[in-house]
Amino acid sequence: MTKRKEDEIALTVLRYDPKESGEPYYQTFTVKATKDTTVLDALFQALENQDHSLAFRYSCRSAVCGSCAMFINGWHRLACSTLISQVGRDIIVQPLPHMPIIKDLVVDLTLFFEKYEVVKPYVVPTRPLPEKEWIQSPKDRRKIDLSTDCIMCAACYSSCPSVWTGKKYLGPAALLQAYRFAADSRDGIIRDRLGVVGSEDGLWRCHTIFNCTEACPKSLNPARFIETLKRTTTKETLKARIPFLR
Amino acid sequence: MFQHDVIVVGGGLAGLRAAIESSALADTAVISRVHPLRSHTKAAQGGINAALGNAEGGRDDTPDRHAFDTVKGSDFLADQDAVELMTRMAPECIFELEHWGCAFSRTDEGKIAQRPFGGAGFPRTCYGADRTGLYLLQTVYEQSVKRKIKQYQEYFVTSLIIDEGSCRGVIALNIKTGELVPIAAKATILATGGAVWIYSISTNSMINTGSGMTIAYRAGVPLKDMEFIQFHPTGLYPTGLLITEGARGEGGYLINSKGERFMERYAPKAMELAPRDIVSRSIQKEIDEGRAFENAYVHLDLRHLGREKIMTRLPGIRELCLLFAGLDPIDKPIPIRPAAHYTMGGIDCNSNCETPLKGLYAAGECSCISVHGANRLGGNSLLDCVVFGKVAGEKAAKFAKSLPSRTDEQLIESSLEREQKRVEALQKGNGTEEPTALRDEARLILTQKVGMFRSGTDLEAALDQIRRLRRRFSQLRPINLDRVFNLDLIRTFEVEATLELAEIITASALARRESRGAHVRLDFPQRDDENFLKHTLAHYAPTGPRLDYSEVKISRYKPEARKY
Repeated sequence: MTKRKEDEIALTVLRYDPKESGEPYYQTFTVKATKDTTVLDALFQALENQDHSLAFRYSCRSAVCGSCAMFINGWHRLACSTLISQVGRDIIVQPLPHMPIIKDLVVDLTLFFEKYEVVKPYVVPTRPLPEKEWIQSPKDRRKIDLSTDCIMCAACYSSCPSVWTGKKYLGPAALLQAYRFAADSRDGIIRDRLGVVGSEDGLWRCHTIFNCTEACPKSLNPARFIETLKRTTTKETLKARIPFLR
Repeated sequence: MFQHDVIVVGGGLAGLRAAIESSALADTAVISRVHPLRSHTKAAQGGINAALGNAEGGRDDTPDRHAFDTVKGSDFLADQDAVELMTRMAPECIFELEHWGCAFSRTDEGKIAQRPFGGAGFPRTCYGADRTGLYLLQTVYEQSVKRKIKQYQEYFVTSLIIDEGSCRGVIALNIKTGELVPIAAKATILATGGAVWIYSISTNSMINTGSGMTIAYRAGVPLKDMEFIQFHPTGLYPTGLLITEGARGEGGYLINSKGERFMERYAPKAMELAPRDIVSRSIQKEIDEGRAFENAYVHLDLRHLGREKIMTRLPGIRELCLLFAGLDPIDKPIPIRPAAHYTMGGIDCNSNCETPLKGLYAAGECSCISVHGANRLGGNSLLDCVVFGKVAGEKAAKFAKSLPSRTDEQLIESSLEREQKRVEALQKGNGTEEPTALRDEARLILTQKVGMFRSGTDLEAALDQIRRLRRRFSQLRPINLDRVFNLDLIRTFEVEATLELAEIITASALARRESRGAHVRLDFPQRDDENFLKHTLAHYAPTGPRLDYSEVKISRYKPEARKY
C-alpha cells in the first residue's frame, strides 16, 4: 500500500450491488480531507472522482433531513454532520445495520415507515374545532417538547436489539411518534393510542437497552418516551380493571 | 400504466399541501425524488408569516399591512392581486395547520407565538422554535398519511408528457429500479422547489438544482424573473448552512472586525431587521471594504440574548454551530457571510397557479406568480407554499374533474420511447467531459459574476463562459449504466438543468439594466420604473433563452422609494 499523504484519509465503504447477486464486499478509497470535511463530502469525492457506481442517500447536509444515517466506525451517525476530524483518518462506512440493503449504503425503509403509520401519526381532535388556533398553554406545549424533533432517520430503529429479534416490533421511532400524539393537548384519542402501543408488538417489547438513545443523531431519548407510555398504559389499565381507582 | 386525475411533483410543503387539497376532490398522487420527509422544507427555520396579532406589539397588524410590507420588500415587482390573496388567506391557512397538529411555539396565553422578521412592520412570523419547517413538513406529511395519498417515493421526473398544447402527465425515473415509467394525469402540479444549489455558496439542500423548472421550460413554459436570486445574510462560514433570520428577530447583532454594529450605516431604522437584499449587500460591503474577519466573514452575535433564550428559541442554531463550526453561540459570536438562498423567479403562473400550458400548475419555490417580486421577505416562502399549494390543489383537481376520462396510450407510449432514447443518448457519451466538473465551473461563475453585485461586463463574460460549458456538455464521458440507484445518471440530469438555468439567470440579469431588490447592477445603480417595472419571461429556444416581458399588476400600492 502506498503511503498516505498528510491530507489524505482512507474511506472504506461496504459495497453491495443487487444485480451481481454476490456477497457484499469492502472497497477502500483514498480521499482528501481538511478540518471541515465531513464523511458525506468524502463519499462525494469517491463518487465523483473514483467510482461512479457508488450509491448513498443525501439531501440537506445540515443534519435535519434524515437521509444519510449510516454506520460509521461502528456508530450510528449522519454522514453530513460527522467531521472526519472526529472519527479519524481510517473510516469504515456501512449501511444502517439490520436493514435490507438496496444498494451500497442505501437501505430499504419500507417496513420502518409502515410501522410509523401504524401508530396513527397525526393529531385526531375529538372536540369541535375552534375558530382560531387551539389554546395550548406553554406547559402543555412542553409535554411534546423534543418528541416533535425526530427526523425519521431510522438510526434508532436500526440500533434496537428488540427490532433485530422481533420483526413486528414497532420500534423506538414509531413509539416516540405515538408518545408525541398521545401527549398533545389537541388530541382526543389517547385510549385508542394506548391500545395500539400496548399491543403484543408494541412497547412491552422495549427492554430499556437504550441503544436508541445512544444512536440518535439529534440527541433525543426515545427510551424515555417509551417508558412514559408504559407508565401511562399501566395506570390506565389498572384504572379500567380496579373500580376504586377510576 | 400509472394513471391519476392529479399528480403532484414534489413532496415538500407546497406539494403535500396541494395533494391534501386535491385529494378531497380527485384521485391524487405525489411523486418525489426523495422520501417526502427529506424535502428541503424541513431545513426552514425561522417561521411563517400571518397577521394574527398574537405578539405584544403586533395587535394592530392586518393582512393589508402584511401586503404592503411584502410589496415594498419586493421592490414593487410583486403582483399585488396575488400578494393580497396570500396575506388574506394567511391566517386561515395557519389555523388549519395548527388544527392539524403543527407544533408551534406558544405565547403565555397559549396562542401561536410570533417573532419580528426583516422588513415587517409588526412581529408577524409564526414559529416553532427554530424548526418551523420541520414541524410544518411533519404536519402536512402526517395529513397525507391520514388521507392515504398515493406516493411515488424516489422517482425523478425527467420530462412532461405533452399533447396538443396540454400536459398529460410525466415521465419519471424510478430510482430504486432504474426503470423509466410514464405517470399519466389530467392535471400536473409542479412543486419541485428552488434552484440555488447551483451557486457554490448556498444555504440549500443539494437536491435543489432546479430540474423541475427546466422540465417546464423545455416544454415551452417560460421561466419568469430568474435574475432575482436571494442571498441570505447569514450563511454559516464557510459551508453556507442557514442561520435563521430568527436569530436577528430575537435580537442578534451583526458586528464587523472593528466591533461596529455596521447596519447603522445602511438601515439606521430597521438595523439588522432590514430586508434580506439590503442586509446581505451591507455585509458584503463590509467584507469588500476590509472590515471583515480574515477578509471573509462578519459576526452574528447572540451572546447578549443569554443562555435561556438561545436554548428555547434557537436550539437548532446552537446545534448547527456546535456540529459544524465547533462553537457555542452562548459563548462565542457566529461567523457568517451571505449565501445564495432562494429563487424569487420560477415557472410562470398566475394567482390560480395555472401556467400557460393547459393542465400544468406550479406552486412553491419553483413557481413565480409573483408574490416575492425582486426580493422575498423572510417568512413569506413557507406561506407561499401553504397558500398557493392549497390553491393549486383545488384548481388542478377541479380542472381534472372537468375533463372526460381518456387515456391516449399511443401518446404515452411514444413519449416514453422518446425519453428512453434521450436518456440512452445522454448515457452513451462519446467524449471525456466530467459532468460534475462542468457543474462546479458553472457554480463558481454564477457566484463570482452573477452574485449580489453585477455589471454588464461580468454578465457578458459569464454568459459566454456558461455557453461554452453548455457546448462541452454535449461531449460527456459515458455515464454509468447501473439500474438501481444510479446517482451518476441523476446528477447528470441535474448538471443539464444547472447549465440551462445558469444561462437563463445570466441572460435575464444582463437584459435588466437597472437595480431592483436583489438584482443590483453597478453600471445601472438606480431602479428604473419607466423601463423595467415588468416581469422578465425567458422562453425556451434551441440557441438559448428568448426574452420578453409582461406587466406587473399594481393596484393599491404605487411604487415609491424604498427606505428602511
